[in-house]
Amino acid sequence: MFNIIMEISKYLILLMMVIYTFECFSVFGYHDAYTKMWILRRQSIWIFMIHFLAFLTLFLRLQEARILVFYVIQVALLGSIILLYGFLYPKVSRLVVNNMCMLLAVGFIMLTRLSYSNAVKQAVIVAASAVLSLVVPVVIQKVRFLNKLRMLYAVIGVVALAAVIVVGQVSNGAMLGFEVAGISVQPSELVKIVFVFFVASSLYRAKDFRNIIITTAVAALHVLILVASKDLGAALIVFVVYLVMLYVATRQPLYIAAGLGAGSVASVAAYFLFSHVRTRVTVWKDPFAVYSDGGYQVAQSLFAIGTGGWFGLGLCQGLPDKIPVVTTDFIFSAIAEELGAVFAICIILICVSCYIMFLNIAMQLRDSFYKLVALGLGTCYIFQVFLAVGGVIKFIPSTGVTLPLVSYGGSSLLSTMIMFAVIQGLYILREDEEEDIERQRERQLRAKRRQQAQQGRRPRPNGTRSSAGAPSGDRRRNSKNRSSQRVRRP
Amino acid sequence: MYGDRRPAPRKPGKAEKKKEQQEERRRAKKKKKANRQYVFVTYFFVLLFVGMIGYFSYYNVVKGKDIINDSRNPRLNLYENRILRGSILDKDGNVLAQSTENEDGTQTRNYPYEELYAHVVGYSDKGKSGLESAQNFQLQTSNVSFQTKLLNEFRGQKSPGNNITTTLDTNIQQAAYKALGSNRGAAVVIEPSTGKILAMVSKPSYNPNTIVEDWDSLNANTEGILVNRATQGQYAPGSTFKVVTTLAFMRQNPDYQNYSYRCTGEITAGKNEIHCFGNEVHGRVDLADSLAYSCNTSFSNIGLSLNVDKFRDTAEDLLFDSELPCPLVYNESSFNLKSDDGDAAIAMTAFGQGKLQVSPYHMALITSAIANNGVLMQPYLVDQITSAEGETVEKYVPESYKELMTADEAAQLTEYMQGVVEYGTARSLNSLGVSVAGKTGTSEYSDDKEKTHSWFIGFSNVENPDLALAVVIENSDSTGDVATDVAKKIFQAYYAE
Repeated sequence: MFNIIMEISKYLILLMMVIYTFECFSVFGYHDAYTKMWILRRQSIWIFMIHFLAFLTLFLRLQEARILVFYVIQVALLGSIILLYGFLYPKVSRLVVNNMCMLLAVGFIMLTRLSYSNAVKQAVIVAASAVLSLVVPVVIQKVRFLNKLRMLYAVIGVVALAAVIVVGQVSNGAMLGFEVAGISVQPSELVKIVFVFFVASSLYRAKDFRNIIITTAVAALHVLILVASKDLGAALIVFVVYLVMLYVATRQPLYIAAGLGAGSVASVAAYFLFSHVRTRVTVWKDPFAVYSDGGYQVAQSLFAIGTGGWFGLGLCQGLPDKIPVVTTDFIFSAIAEELGAVFAICIILICVSCYIMFLNIAMQLRDSFYKLVALGLGTCYIFQVFLAVGGVIKFIPSTGVTLPLVSYGGSSLLSTMIMFAVIQGLYILREDEEEDIERQRERQLRAKRRQQAQQGRRPRPNGTRSSAGAPSGDRRRNSKNRSSQRVRRP
Repeated sequence: MYGDRRPAPRKPGKAEKKKEQQEERRRAKKKKKANRQYVFVTYFFVLLFVGMIGYFSYYNVVKGKDIINDSRNPRLNLYENRILRGSILDKDGNVLAQSTENEDGTQTRNYPYEELYAHVVGYSDKGKSGLESAQNFQLQTSNVSFQTKLLNEFRGQKSPGNNITTTLDTNIQQAAYKALGSNRGAAVVIEPSTGKILAMVSKPSYNPNTIVEDWDSLNANTEGILVNRATQGQYAPGSTFKVVTTLAFMRQNPDYQNYSYRCTGEITAGKNEIHCFGNEVHGRVDLADSLAYSCNTSFSNIGLSLNVDKFRDTAEDLLFDSELPCPLVYNESSFNLKSDDGDAAIAMTAFGQGKLQVSPYHMALITSAIANNGVLMQPYLVDQITSAEGETVEKYVPESYKELMTADEAAQLTEYMQGVVEYGTARSLNSLGVSVAGKTGTSEYSDDKEKTHSWFIGFSNVENPDLALAVVIENSDSTGDVATDVAKKIFQAYYAE
């Protein structure tokens, strides 16, 4: 009996996920604010429906009361994120909030299934990060000298990373972080954001060759420290982010070529210098040939994905536990195994949708500092997704990075939520910017007309009032009406 | 009430509108230009992801299917607690593999014929192989009616999986298995007009009932017991390949009927001196005699006259260096001869040595195509899939796969191959009471020319062929058995029925 409910739930979840993902892209196509709003509201309903069905399945499978309690807590958490963002920042991008919550919800589902205690920790971290991240847009709006702190960013970045090497502990063969009051902190996750601010402010200040050399040197220092602490994934992300930002800021494709050249030389050098790099590459070539010699993890991941097929084995029906560190770096395989390849592709597409939105925001902004920040953070995000997914499906050698918002891990979660919040802040900034411009233009127009009216004293033709019937004495309200009629972006 | 003191907004004049539009356009253009790099970056990453999703889908559709049947994948028996694995049957409904449920809910797989069907049916306890692997999905799917399924769910019982009826004929399988005796080797029997695979034996064999207990010793064994030699074995085809060479010669020389050669028992090709088998001297031979007597020197002579590229084209038409239609795991055959290889290599290839590598299964396909007027039927092992309640889920119908040669070419080759049986190297098949066309072979597999494999390919009842087969016996020099005798026993078993 339960099997039937669970089987039906499985397909319903898939169906709703496909619809949700479709709407992530189709919403870009509508220009009517009302339709957009409806789509975005419906999206949040899909999130909660999927979450509900998944937890129904989990409960029927595991028959533990604590799952029900935890479910309610999660709903409250996700619900308040959506509501608070909407309430505090009416101009926030609803699409990005939805996507963030969808990814968090999927993370919750998988973590509850994989490790209840990890999932509880994750929920606490989400709550804390959400509170922190809610402040961020205000900071972006109010603090207007963020573009002048490049020295500070550089120092923070380098010191934080260097600190890891000095006092760091070894985890999984890489020195990633240290413990503070029982919570392990991975500075590299947060440094990525600071790094983007550093590059943006530095390139904002000057784009002459000398400054580029200095900036590149600091960026290279970041990468080298990360390589030295064996955090290859983060090193690669910082490298690519820098390359992209440099190219866009200078509009000089030659830098990309030079960067890729240097990158290739560095990769070859790393291959011969570090045995763990060599292992990763050998495993990538054929994980089954070196199964007991490092290939186990990727091989199990491939078994999991392949066995899951398009529609998945169903929650608690697979064996994702067989993959080492499945809750962090390999969560994508667990999703593909139990929820299906279709669902997994939807997850990828949702991440891409976020990225398109981020770059869209970058393009709409006027200030080149903010533009670069949005670009850098967006690239940082999408490239991490690329590494996380590509690594576990054997598209590229595995680099051991988390899937943002889905994987278990405090620092990763916090940094991604801050990243999203910064971009939300920029989005709001842009909305304000546009409103300013519009208001200005309106004012100019009005002044002009008044002038003409006074000069010409032409008879007023009927029926050409601006807002027929509206109490037009109230100018402020009038302008507000106008701005709300404007087409909102998702 | 509200006296409107404001001057009414005036419709903007045409000129003004135009100006505004221009302004707008200019601004958009400027913005576009400023954002060009952003657009590039966006496209780049979106493309990267399209590529990744493509790879992911490709993995799921193509590669994943083979990978997941690995013995190290613990997920293969996940459905065990809900579905009682279906049975595998021979063409008459005899059970080849069957599952029973134990007290504790686990399942035990039984193979009543033990070693007989080990490779083609496969095993399912240590990873999966053979049909157990290829049809794993169907065996784990239950197509019983919805009500039965529902009822089973309520009762907490397993639903029975689908049953697979194969094309395998136990009579032929047993004959082939027995005839191969204690030799290492393989035999494949196909019905040429339909593509049904009637028998597939690989020796040495193992008992799939005790695969779990024997796993370590089976893997430690160096004979490759678990390898299905019929589809995965890679052998030099020896003289059986002369059929291919003959076809190539016919295609390149329309007057092939007039071919004539005087065999002195030896010929020089490059630095190699080539002798006929057993140092025989065949004297004056035409093409038919060359094949019937399996004259190495004549075929070296033919090989040296061939255009190597066209020779390769003919081999590729016969599916060398390409995918084979095959329901099981197999290895591709390779032709391995280039036009700049020396005369020695060309001559050697012409009579089936050189670097040629084929599987018995592939030779059976070529034979089957010759028997079926040049058309290769899509070979298949699964005749139909039925639910446990007897409802047909899927039924396979014969379909043609590819025309490997024209009907005329097939007829000519058949005539030559009949010569082999009537007055050539396979005269022992003359007494069967049914017409047979065939070709024998003895392939050398090491530098020691004494060490040989024995081959036979052929088909019976030439007018309306019943069976096409390929047999190989490894190390026939030391065991003293020849493949032709195995083929004879298979034909006898079939026609005795």
